[in-house]
Amino acid sequence: MSDIPAWIAIPASIFLVAGGLITLIGSIGLLRFEDFKSRIHAPTLGNTFGAMFTLLASILVSFHLADRVFFHEILIVVFLFLTSPVTAMLLMRSYILRLERIGK
Amino acid sequence: MNLILTWACYFAICCFSLATFCAFIRLVKGSTPQDRVLGLDTMYINCMLLIIVLGMLYRTSWYFDIALLISLLGFVSSSALSKFLLRGEVIEP
Repeated sequence: MSDIPAWIAIPASIFLVAGGLITLIGSIGLLRFEDFKSRIHAPTLGNTFGAMFTLLASILVSFHLADRVFFHEILIVVFLFLTSPVTAMLLMRSYILRLERIGK
Repeated sequence: MNLILTWACYFAICCFSLATFCAFIRLVKGSTPQDRVLGLDTMYINCMLLIIVLGMLYRTSWYFDIALLISLLGFVSSSALSKFLLRGEVIEP
């Protein structure tokens, strides 16, 4: 296993710790909020910033390993940013329809 | 310098595992079906990030394709479930 230089290892470690903490905060918010309308806000933190920081760290490490181009991680980021609003919008519309059916 | 990155990977794995467990509790406990679908979607995203960190830890590029596939399947399953909750059918005639 080759030694990773410091200018890659230290930013990658900072990005990994930040991404893990942000995703954990988002999921604890999903667990602890009261209503669904406030609950849907919490995991978007993990969808955007947690995924972005983790994939930045993966870009740095794979840039050192040089076994593939770093375009693939950008593909995941673009895909997440395109698809997570669609899921949230469909879920929110179904919740509003459920509230109308109950009669609130 | 390898040691810092290894321990950061372990810390991130612990964080993503706890986040997946929180989403699993919401999936089991959730009061409405929309809560359960949201918990399942969060579990998909967290497991995708966990697999990317595993690929960084073991220094292989094989885990990356699995992560791309999991994020794609997560979007398809979440949108199909919420379409079912919205309209009563997934593919309308």
